[in-house]
Amino acid sequence: MTSAVGTVPGGAAREGTVLEVRDLHVRIASRQGTVRAVDGVSFDVSVGEALGLVGESGSGKSMTLRAVLGVLPPEAKVTSGEILLDGVNLVARTQSELNRIRGTKMSMIFQEPMSALNPVMRVGWQIAEGPQVHLGFSRAKSAERALELMRRVGIPDPERRFRAYPHEFSGGMRQRVMIAIALSCDPEVILCDEPTTALDVTIQDQILRLLARLCRESGVSLVFVTHDLPVVAQICQRVSVMYGGQLVESGAVGDVLLDPRHPYTLGLVRSAPDFDYVRESLVPIPGAPPSLITPPPGCRFHPRCEFAEDDCRVSETPLRLLPGGRATACLHYERCLDAVAADRAQS
Amino acid sequence: MSAIPLTPEPGLPGAVPPAAAPGARAERGEARRARRWYTQPALMSGIAIMTIVLILAIGAPLFTSYNPNAQNLNATLLGPSAHHLLGTDQLGRDTWTRLLYGMRLDLRIAFLAVLFPFTLGTILGCVAGYFGGWIDAVIMRVVDVVVAFPFYVLVIALVFVLGPGERSIYIAITLVGWVSYARIIRGEILVAKRQDYVLAAQSGGLSNVRIMRRHLLPNVITQAIIYSMSDIIQDILAVVTLGYFGLGVPPPTADLGSMINDGQNFLSTHWQLTTIPGLAVVLVGLGLSLIGDGLADILRPGQA
Repeated sequence: MTSAVGTVPGGAAREGTVLEVRDLHVRIASRQGTVRAVDGVSFDVSVGEALGLVGESGSGKSMTLRAVLGVLPPEAKVTSGEILLDGVNLVARTQSELNRIRGTKMSMIFQEPMSALNPVMRVGWQIAEGPQVHLGFSRAKSAERALELMRRVGIPDPERRFRAYPHEFSGGMRQRVMIAIALSCDPEVILCDEPTTALDVTIQDQILRLLARLCRESGVSLVFVTHDLPVVAQICQRVSVMYGGQLVESGAVGDVLLDPRHPYTLGLVRSAPDFDYVRESLVPIPGAPPSLITPPPGCRFHPRCEFAEDDCRVSETPLRLLPGGRATACLHYERCLDAVAADRAQS
Repeated sequence: MSAIPLTPEPGLPGAVPPAAAPGARAERGEARRARRWYTQPALMSGIAIMTIVLILAIGAPLFTSYNPNAQNLNATLLGPSAHHLLGTDQLGRDTWTRLLYGMRLDLRIAFLAVLFPFTLGTILGCVAGYFGGWIDAVIMRVVDVVVAFPFYVLVIALVFVLGPGERSIYIAITLVGWVSYARIIRGEILVAKRQDYVLAAQSGGLSNVRIMRRHLLPNVITQAIIYSMSDIIQDILAVVTLGYFGLGVPPPTADLGSMINDGQNFLSTHWQLTTIPGLAVVLVGLGLSLIGDGLADILRPGQA
């Protein structure tokens, strides 16, 4: 509680920061009341880096992505905070200003490649559309660009596949098309909303390798939203864990996943199969995610937390910096250390 | 689905064989579609009827040697004969000739008249559905007002106010007919705009106009096209009705409605003067509705 609300490891002036989100709040109006979907989230992504954003369903990770891209549903609104892309604040921009930024500097990959592709448009032209609109390419030139992108993402026989419709593609190939679309205007950041969840594991692996390669080759940064910890471990360098619309922990992937400093992260790791240390059985996190209309006072995780003390129930628990460039929102994070040690000893 | 090579590095020869499979699949799909297209009895008979009707109407001068408006008072009210296939009317004009030219005129007006409300209704429905809010509220209230009146009553009233003639018919049918298209397209857009591909297009930084034109309309226009088939029938009936009331194209130009009206006085002695143009209207209506049904079966979304 020493640091101010919203500070994150690294702070504002990190070298080569592409995207920076500061103290973002998103509210959704609903019949039952106002949902505090995203509540003071801050993170930053530097050039060529892949940041994982993990959390269970309803933790606000997808809303965060959509807020960054400015495509929130009509009932949701960014109420405060800053989204800085190359130092330019994207909050409160007009539609046309945002459109230019969205097309050229940021793009998004969706979970369901089938529904995210237009079913009645040939895939080649869907890829070519961005360059045509944003880079002013002619039809022929944009088609050429699309073919080049299709080759780059590993779609075999692109000349022939150019004229195919999405339903003629397999799930993995469709996701490759999505990636090609996301790459079409050479963006700086690609936001990935669970891009591998709808794919089976072998295809998932191919897609992750492809994304990692593109990251390396072209220096594009990724924000990778998922609830799949092994995926995060495979592709991301840093990870931020979300719970109930807030960040509860962030740091380097190895640190956070192998040596969590927040009971929620610990719970996630314990409930994920086949992760690092062999366990006799998986341990679920008891209880259910909190209501974001009337969130519990104090730390939002305390009703489900085995380490909860009285002080957890009283006041908000902002992220606190820890040594090693990581941060946690837990007041009693030392207990996680003991728990991890105990787990290790068992296995 | 097995078309994914395990190491899909671009340019490797290993990428070639799997590509053959989807090609073969596409060819099979093509064959299946062709078979289905030909095995639609409704569509085929509708197309047959309309082809004959259109050939007769468009090529009217080729199928008769008479002028539709040329009177011959020495040969009035003749029965069918080798010279006059369907006889002549009270002014000695050849009925077969007038039937062909009348059909030609009515079909032209009806086909053109369907385009304007189709375009207007599609645009307004698309805007209303996509933007929602007050734009939607305003457009849909206007729709409610127009829908409150029966189609023919409103069209006839409007043409009466605007004065008879082809231009008035277009204006009246457009003002009354667009609401059906607006409703259909709005409903389809409301569903379609929730799809991820629209979100994807928005996050690709495309403008609203482009999203509507390139991404939404192609997905929803089918329903409007199917509806336009039955709308043409409605418009032909409207054109014939207006002609019957003397609100259509002014005489002596041949028109099925005015032919029916003219023949009325001779119904007991020369029933064919009224009945034959009436049957022609029925035939056109039948042909178009068969095509509409057949198209609805084929174009239904998701089976493309």
